[in-house]
Amino acid sequence: MSAGQHVGGYDVIVVGGGIVGASIAFGLAERGKRVVVLDEGDRACRAARANFGLVWLQSKGDGMPAYMRWTRRSADLWPAFAQRLQTFTGVDTEFRQDGGLAYCLGEDDFESRRAKVAKLRAQADVYGTEMMERSTLEQLMPGVRFGEAVTGASFCARDGYCNPLTLLKALHAALQLAGAHYRPDAPAKTIEHRGNRFIVETPEDTVEAERIVVAAGHGTSALAGQLGLAAPIRAERGQILVTERFRPFLRLPGSGVRQTADGTILIGSSKENTGFDDRTTVGVGGRMATRAIRILPELANARLNRTWGGIRILTPDNHPVYAESTHFPGAFIAICHSGVTLAAAHATDFAAAIADGQLGEFLDAFHPRRFDVPKAA
Amino acid sequence: MPFIQDGSMFQKPPERSDAILVEVEGRSVLVPRGASAAAAALIAGLPSTRTSPATGEARAPYCMMGVCFECLLIIDDESSQQGCMITVRPGMRIRRQEGAREL
Amino acid sequence: MSDSFDLVVIGGGPAGLAAAVQACEFGLSVALVDEQPEPGGQIYRVVERAEAEGRARGLGDDYRRGLDLVNAFRACGATHFASHQVWQVESDGRVFTSDGTTSRQIDGKRVLVAVGAMERPVPVRGWTLPGVMTVGAAQILHKSIDLLPEPEVWIAGSGPLLLHFAAEVVEAGARIAGILDTTRSSISRAFMAHGTGALRGWRYLAKGLGYLRKIRMANIRRVTGVEAVEAKGDSQIDRVRWRVGSHWEEAPAKGLLLHEGIIPNTHMTMSLGCAHVWDAHQQCFRPLTDAYGATDVGMIAVAGDCGGIGGARVAECRGRLAALGIAAALGCITDEERDHRSEPVRREFDTHDAIRNFLDALYAPAPELLAPPDDVVVCRCEGVTAGRIREAVALGCRGPNQVKSFTRCGMGPCQGRMCGPAVTGTIAAALDTLPGTVGSFRVRPPLKPLRLGELAALGDGESAE
Repeated sequence: MSAGQHVGGYDVIVVGGGIVGASIAFGLAERGKRVVVLDEGDRACRAARANFGLVWLQSKGDGMPAYMRWTRRSADLWPAFAQRLQTFTGVDTEFRQDGGLAYCLGEDDFESRRAKVAKLRAQADVYGTEMMERSTLEQLMPGVRFGEAVTGASFCARDGYCNPLTLLKALHAALQLAGAHYRPDAPAKTIEHRGNRFIVETPEDTVEAERIVVAAGHGTSALAGQLGLAAPIRAERGQILVTERFRPFLRLPGSGVRQTADGTILIGSSKENTGFDDRTTVGVGGRMATRAIRILPELANARLNRTWGGIRILTPDNHPVYAESTHFPGAFIAICHSGVTLAAAHATDFAAAIADGQLGEFLDAFHPRRFDVPKAA
Repeated sequence: MPFIQDGSMFQKPPERSDAILVEVEGRSVLVPRGASAAAAALIAGLPSTRTSPATGEARAPYCMMGVCFECLLIIDDESSQQGCMITVRPGMRIRRQEGAREL
Repeated sequence: MSDSFDLVVIGGGPAGLAAAVQACEFGLSVALVDEQPEPGGQIYRVVERAEAEGRARGLGDDYRRGLDLVNAFRACGATHFASHQVWQVESDGRVFTSDGTTSRQIDGKRVLVAVGAMERPVPVRGWTLPGVMTVGAAQILHKSIDLLPEPEVWIAGSGPLLLHFAAEVVEAGARIAGILDTTRSSISRAFMAHGTGALRGWRYLAKGLGYLRKIRMANIRRVTGVEAVEAKGDSQIDRVRWRVGSHWEEAPAKGLLLHEGIIPNTHMTMSLGCAHVWDAHQQCFRPLTDAYGATDVGMIAVAGDCGGIGGARVAECRGRLAALGIAAALGCITDEERDHRSEPVRREFDTHDAIRNFLDALYAPAPELLAPPDDVVVCRCEGVTAGRIREAVALGCRGPNQVKSFTRCGMGPCQGRMCGPAVTGTIAAALDTLPGTVGSFRVRPPLKPLRLGELAALGDGESAE
């Protein structure tokens, strides 16, 4: 028990001030709950600060139709969510939902993409992804000079993007304007349960509330363990390249290359197992640059201004984990690596479920017990 | 050939026989050997070397040693070059960079 | 495909040159990578060419010392990569550079970062206007191509370089409109705190007095006790305003040269993840090193002003000490020999460093330079004012990285070099805490903007990580 003061008067403690935690906290505050967000400091891991900013459907949910429906639900909620944030806080999340492309390089790539799109559609026909030959792609994006290797793309009209940094800023402003308290430099060290209250120890004090949501990215496992919940998470590094500003020329986002509202070009993506080492490297940067140049040859002359590395939060099947503790009812966990896409659903449906005190049947599909089921031979 | 336009904050440099002829915004200018492209722009009396893509404001070199990045110029048709880090060559074409560049 | 050396020195100023010469004496294979076309760094910029053109003598005796150093470097056998910009350094000793067209990889068993100092950014109202430059910039133009300011150019700020340059201009037969001296402390106060050091460094003091005399004899107006300076104009500067006490004055200006001291260029050491400390005397971050310049990151050592401001002679000593440390680490000499050889170097170091505390106290920057008023631009690249930074702190940001993500401060081409000090300072003032507690930007490669095509070409052929 820390020697500092004891703080009460909250309905819900949200552990984690990234996009997931902040979305949930905002949604809870909007529903009249008294909320406190406990966040880490300036140099924390913060996947919220290192992502591509896509609001993306077309590649999500292989093996889990419920996740496909959840993704579709969030994409449907996003326009009103973005509007709400802008009206409420004045911060523009720069949200656009005009469709998104996943480029194919070569014939084999096109065919294997076609197969993946078909497979997902058979699972749940909720995305509307279509394959686009190169000629159609060129009509869709007039003036863009694609490289020779580009054979086409898969296109989903519901895909879009936002500015993940202004999204986080908008959420922080929104949750505070809605009456939630935000505590930086207050990582949760331990969680205790006493009577019907949860007591969280931070370096400065202890904070208590009736309910608790742990949405702390990589910090979730350890805390979930204290709540009798298994939250298996693995770390995967992703690197991003960012160029100087250009006059707008790339209207639609691509899964590995997109132009932001400021005019910079973001280039991804990569996957590496490096633990929590989020440094950027020449090898991976070079491979991403090579691919981007194959898609848009004129990018060879673009100047790279900076690079980013982030550590993805991945569950065993890469799909979200939501659960309420059976040992300690009122304690919830929320883990996903698509915090941007799911922000709208987190701020509405998910927050409503927490406010109600139960996740409900649909979200039960995301319980981590699904990892215990032995796979059919 | 004019060295300095009216209004430049620097005096005309001493004339030397090994001076180099470059083009600044289409105008021929003689500059001392060893001058950087940013210095050439200052000698030519350009009131500014670029407009900021973030704010639209007129900007000009500040540090002359590669730290401030205000001297981004279009040199021989290549954009976003740090003018203070590039030594002039005969016939070099130096132009202002207005806002964000075109791809 | 890469070149391999025992020691890769980054930076061609006095520290890098002295280190290269010393390391070669021990038989180490040495590469010196320099973004300038000619060795000498900033302080001895184009010293060889100035000598060849007969101008070196007019630039002072110190400058000639640079010539000796450059000559020694030319003769020492190091491989010189001139006009190469280093855009990434890995902690295992791989250095990536670009000559503007092609990138290459240079490997070192040890890497010595000797990238020197930069002018402390001077965020005052109007500092982004065309026609506002640093004194250092004007000095570079004078040294490299004999350019002198027009008589309607003002100088404003504080520090030895201010007077040195003004005297240089006078010596060259030109004039400036005036000097607005923002020095807050008094010589007597600084002397009381650091008198012994000041006396040991009497040569430096004498030089300073000499500059003042030249300026006075040329009847150049010097206003002391200046508490605020502003540049005014539409799309370029046309006048300068200043305040002494509560009294504002204004004058026409064709240009304004600012100077408030120099600070270590920590961009490279921060990108390597080296531990840094906030130096309360010099009001800046500098890397933490041992007596031989080794950092807490394996292969990386530091020498010269980028490890803490000391001036050219101190930088030379640090360069030699770093080379001694590296020679011992690589087994060329024993630790005992290293310690023995370092003794005369340390004595020389002490002589030249004696004046430092006095200068730091006398020329300490005004608090407004680290925490400017709301309407002053802090991040030049993205146009972010101090007020926007304070708003981000009010939203819950506790450090520069969260502020960066909320405001775009530090995301432009300069990657936080110009705004870093004031971002840290503004946050620290807003939170009523120390800059060291607030911390600094996470610095990422590339250290200089790099064409994607160059990265693509290098990444493909790169040796295993």
